[in-house]
Amino acid sequence: MTQDSQLDLWEVFIQSKAGSHHVHAGSVHASDRQMALHNARDIYTRRNEGSSIWVVPANHITASTAEEADMLFDPANDKIYRHPTFYVMPEGAKQI
Amino acid sequence: MTSTLLETNFQNKIDQEINIEPKDSMPEKYREHLIRQISQHAHSEVIGMQPEGNWITRAPSLRAKMILLAKIQDEGGHGLYLYSAAETLGISREELIEQLHSGKAKYSNIFNYPALTWADMGAIGWLVDGASIVNQVSLQRTSYGPYARAMFRICKEESFHQRQGYEIMAQMMKGTVDQQEMAQDAMNRWWWPSLMMFGPHDSDSPHSGNAFKWKIKRKSNDELRQKFIDKTVQQAEVIGLTIPDPDLKWNEEKQCYDYGKINWDEFTQVINGNGPCNKQRMEHHIKYHNEGAWVREAAAAYQKRIQEFN
Repeated sequence: MTQDSQLDLWEVFIQSKAGSHHVHAGSVHASDRQMALHNARDIYTRRNEGSSIWVVPANHITASTAEEADMLFDPANDKIYRHPTFYVMPEGAKQI
Repeated sequence: MTSTLLETNFQNKIDQEINIEPKDSMPEKYREHLIRQISQHAHSEVIGMQPEGNWITRAPSLRAKMILLAKIQDEGGHGLYLYSAAETLGISREELIEQLHSGKAKYSNIFNYPALTWADMGAIGWLVDGASIVNQVSLQRTSYGPYARAMFRICKEESFHQRQGYEIMAQMMKGTVDQQEMAQDAMNRWWWPSLMMFGPHDSDSPHSGNAFKWKIKRKSNDELRQKFIDKTVQQAEVIGLTIPDPDLKWNEEKQCYDYGKINWDEFTQVINGNGPCNKQRMEHHIKYHNEGAWVREAAAAYQKRIQEFN
């Protein structure tokens, strides 16, 4: 029996309307970029969910792991001076 | 990390309502449970296209035909969302389909019943999709992220399915005596199998212990079944259909309906392959899967070719 290929995995990102971010919607299988776009259109935008689609081969995405989360995101916690609420504003100052 | 520490960390996350994502570490049993459940769910969507596909060429109007086509296309889409969610757990699409064909993976029992008349399109949409919605709404809060997200998308689309089914039943109940009888007949045949869709009573449910602990499942089979009955009885009354259960009555004290005994022998028979359509459903899937092989081969050959040029 020949190997029954179900083709490659692509991740789908949809922009709901012009100006919005492209947001991950799910995945499709496809042999090439054109087929990936068509499949994404058929599977994820049957009800006007999108105005633009990105498809990316899944193996081209590099993702952080849960184990790295502390190392990557913890240092942000002790830099509260990066938030505007850290600063004390003089009484009476407006529009700042 | 030792396996007990891993499991404690995992359970802590679950208890804090933190969703589990594909790359997170998880107990092997959690992964297996999810693969079994999500793939069964995906297969159900795809096999569920068959009883309805049977009626596309015989839909009574162009409007009905367009709606039915759109609904079946949705089911295919739902199957694909769910296959993708299952694949994030490290199983391939090939393996999933192979498990369906070998009988290792199951699909919902309900699709082993035949769709005999047009009224069955009404009953399937209203009752079968109605029962699925009750289950799926609760699964939107399941602990595995990709599964929960697939459920959100599916629930948004599924309510059209239920409403179109109910509309068919309502229309037939306003029609001729023959049409009314046809609608009632469909109701009689689909009611009990719909109740069975929620699975065995909680007291004999083999998979639920861990499913609750890991928050894969949020509500028990009996809770979900009760919810479905309580909202469906009124809908039947409005259009003049009778629920085929002489024991069905409102329980003032418990504020819900009491219902008659479910025929679990029938359930077991059908699950074990002796339902009216088990053989036909699987043969159909295997036949078209095999006949479609050349398309997948052609796509793979094309892919190879363009890669050579890049």
